[in-house]
Amino acid sequence: MLQENSSRRFSIDDIRSDFPVLARRIHGKRLVYLDNAATTQKPRQVINRISDYYENHNSNIHRSVHQLADEATEAFEVTRDKVKSFVNAKRREEIVFTKNATEALNLAAHSICERYLKAGDSIVVTEMEHHSNFVPWQQLAKKHHAKLEIASIDDEGKVNEEELEIKLNGAKVFAFTCMSNVLGTITDAKRLSALGHKHNCIVVADGAQSAPHMPTDIQEIDCDFFALSAHKMLGPTGVGCLYGKRDLLDEIPPFLFGGDMIKQVHRDETQWNELPWKFEAGTSNIADVIGFSAAIDYLTDFGMARVFEHEVDLGRIALEELQKIDSIEIFGPMDSSKKGAVISFNLGQVHPHDVASILDSEGVAIRSGHHCAQVLMEKMCVTATSRASFYLYNGEDDIQALCDGLKKVKEVLT
Amino acid sequence: MSSDMYKEIILDYYRNPRNRGTIDSPDSKARDSNPLCGDVVEMQLKFSEGKVSDIKFSGDGCAISQASASMLTELVMGKAVDEVRKIDKTLLLENLGSPNLGAVRIKCALLPLKVMKTALYDYLGEKMTLEEDASSSK
Repeated sequence: MLQENSSRRFSIDDIRSDFPVLARRIHGKRLVYLDNAATTQKPRQVINRISDYYENHNSNIHRSVHQLADEATEAFEVTRDKVKSFVNAKRREEIVFTKNATEALNLAAHSICERYLKAGDSIVVTEMEHHSNFVPWQQLAKKHHAKLEIASIDDEGKVNEEELEIKLNGAKVFAFTCMSNVLGTITDAKRLSALGHKHNCIVVADGAQSAPHMPTDIQEIDCDFFALSAHKMLGPTGVGCLYGKRDLLDEIPPFLFGGDMIKQVHRDETQWNELPWKFEAGTSNIADVIGFSAAIDYLTDFGMARVFEHEVDLGRIALEELQKIDSIEIFGPMDSSKKGAVISFNLGQVHPHDVASILDSEGVAIRSGHHCAQVLMEKMCVTATSRASFYLYNGEDDIQALCDGLKKVKEVLT
Repeated sequence: MSSDMYKEIILDYYRNPRNRGTIDSPDSKARDSNPLCGDVVEMQLKFSEGKVSDIKFSGDGCAISQASASMLTELVMGKAVDEVRKIDKTLLLENLGSPNLGAVRIKCALLPLKVMKTALYDYLGEKMTLEEDASSSK
């Protein structure tokens, strides 16, 4: 199956053949996996890299001098270099490995607030943040007797800039998402970063949804911190990254303490290790960081611009086809170039659980619920929505299966 | 296989809910939501001479949770308190036509049971045992 509009054609079938799980049958039907905003499937290259590590190179890293340790350490640290290139960071010591984007954001929030936040200060977030980029700030604001300001968005997820600037005035931190996991909205991260800096805020960008689906250039965006998640970009679970500008990472205290993040430990005091290890306490998820390396290779070979182009195409077709269905309500931007391939919708009065269950009986996997964005759900005046999200292995046949499935939902429940 | 979930009996209760509403001055009431987001069920009960003389449910949610709530009110209505105590997950699911629910959707079906039991024990001045709490939500 060829993509018509891409100037660099690729075969969906070829891509799919790299992903073993896509050969599965679900309730006797072809698996149509449309829950990529929740997690992505893994190519054989990633699976093999992890097996290879455990079969041939397994060792703890950084401390031992034997051969296995050497190989494991090298493979681990090479991944750090690959992440640095992938997001266009300046220095390898600005890339910290965590267990996921949630932990990366918690680390940033905890340590920034510890160092910089005083009673009476304020932190600005938006209404459409994922709980991982909302709850930490909310809780830390309470802890430090500071205020949480919530910038509003319109129906398309665009931040109200006039209101935002008022809230940023005097604030210490501005945290925002680069792509909404509900509305699909691609924020103007560069502009939001600039607004944050105009008001002397520390800028924290949540790239969990954006980094897998479009090129990331941290120098362009110029945020101070950036979080991403391996399992949302073909990598294994258990790995996330926090990018932080070196000067700031030097200033803020560690989040977790223990082995590997120290240089010297005495009875009454400890000196921290250098960056980035200052923020990597204990044994890391070594195997999966190395597996992540294979995911980055896969995406880099394919080309992130091409991923985005493919998804804009698919998104456009999906929006067109979905709108033909009677009583469908689609949330967020209707222009697929302003929206990652994440489409939240409701189907008349049918509850999203029921939509998702009936689609499942047709082999179609979507997500239903609040998508870890209850503040946004409240703003949208819904308790839950259905959500279909695409990736490089999805094609027009998947859109067709989704629409056919939705017709079945209507037959059964309306 | 998953279409086994939407048996006729469930669709019937979903489309034509019995006992949906509220009671003027109920003897007890309880409300809860599903951890699998989006289902809310409230139950209101009235008692007379050791029996449930009236029961109403209200709420918003998926077909399974709302059908289960409605069916449960029919199961409970008019029964002696001791009989209502005995209503458990097995009986509930049998009366729903033993749908093939899976680990995640079963919480939708069991939510009304948990709410009803909470209201019942509230009235009796008792507490649900840990075992009962666990088994009524898994």
